[in-house]
Amino acid sequence: MNASMFLTIFISAVFINNVILSRFLGLCSFIAISKETRPALAMSLAVMFVTTMSSIITWLIYRFLLIPFNMAYLRTISFILVIATFVQLVEMIIRKFAPALYRFFGIYLPLITVNCAVLGVAVLNSDMFFTADGKSMSGGFLYAAFQGICVGLGYTLAMLLMSAIRERLELCNVPKALKDFPLGFIIASIMSMAFMGFNGFRI
Amino acid sequence: MKNSFKELIKGLIHENPTFVLMLGLCPTLAVSISLINGLGMGVAATFVIIFSNILIAALKDVIPDKVRIPCYIVVIATFVTITELVMKAYFPPLNRALGIYVPLIVVNCIVLGRAEAFASKNKILNSLMDGIGMGIGFTMALLLISGIRELLGSGKLFGYNVFSNFEPMLIIAMPSGALLVIGLLLGFFNFLKGRKA
Repeated sequence: MNASMFLTIFISAVFINNVILSRFLGLCSFIAISKETRPALAMSLAVMFVTTMSSIITWLIYRFLLIPFNMAYLRTISFILVIATFVQLVEMIIRKFAPALYRFFGIYLPLITVNCAVLGVAVLNSDMFFTADGKSMSGGFLYAAFQGICVGLGYTLAMLLMSAIRERLELCNVPKALKDFPLGFIIASIMSMAFMGFNGFRI
Repeated sequence: MKNSFKELIKGLIHENPTFVLMLGLCPTLAVSISLINGLGMGVAATFVIIFSNILIAALKDVIPDKVRIPCYIVVIATFVTITELVMKAYFPPLNRALGIYVPLIVVNCIVLGRAEAFASKNKILNSLMDGIGMGIGFTMALLLISGIRELLGSGKLFGYNVFSNFEPMLIIAMPSGALLVIGLLLGFFNFLKGRKA
């Protein structure tokens, strides 16, 4: 385990391999909820929380349950079940103890279960921080948790930029055929082009 | 019989999962670099949609309403795991090319969307037809996008050179190209719809 690995994970997850703009994970919510800044922020924070927590939980399950019992092939089923249960649990806890926060997140929390970014980062962690024969890298747990945070940050960044642009677009006169979704994709394409500039980073 | 034929047809164009319902965009954009990848993803997803539709339609009276979504997810994840293992065993290059997007079929909104919106309310035969139609519609959309991207991005179709003298537009093969192609295609379809109306 070394400190520079954290910097690599951060830059790679937020800029170079941004979840939305280069991996296309969580694209549906990105296009659907980025019309205004406030809901976009609520969704992003909820996603960041869930990616972090599910990275931690799925790493533990993969390391201490699936690999020792030779059940790595059950990865997809167990991860998605754990994520779905966990999101449901979080929703219940927040509703009970922090009603204000619950109203802030609204419907976005349950939607996260089917957000590919969450399962994506769990699968990515189990690919990246384990060797082919199923041994864990030293410090893999911290890397996995940190990657969860960074993927959430990358999502937040793309979401905020996009919603700020689209708020202004509301006032513009655009061709009728391109209104809403098509234009959203074209903007995302230009943003993704800008993010390609980060590809030059060699760490 | 006529009814179930209708269920088959609607997924192709009228309710095309990608261009009309706008579901399952993540894998569509990520794997559409070449026709082979697009076809592989399309076939894999079709298999999952068809079989999860059948099983969920068959089990709809047994599954309690309150926990239906987790039940659907388990059914879907089972078929995705089968796909994953088959692909790993028989098509390793394709499996490497598709990478994490194979397990991610679980969270492809098309599959869960059809389970919730159609299979949970309809008979097995109709659900089968709906699954086949949606699967073919998804595959067609993938082939359209990946065909455009492979042709413009690397000047090839199914890996064979098409042009004798052509400078490929590299940007189309990049992630931003995928977003651009689908944005313009959606705009084009909107334009056609606007003219018809």
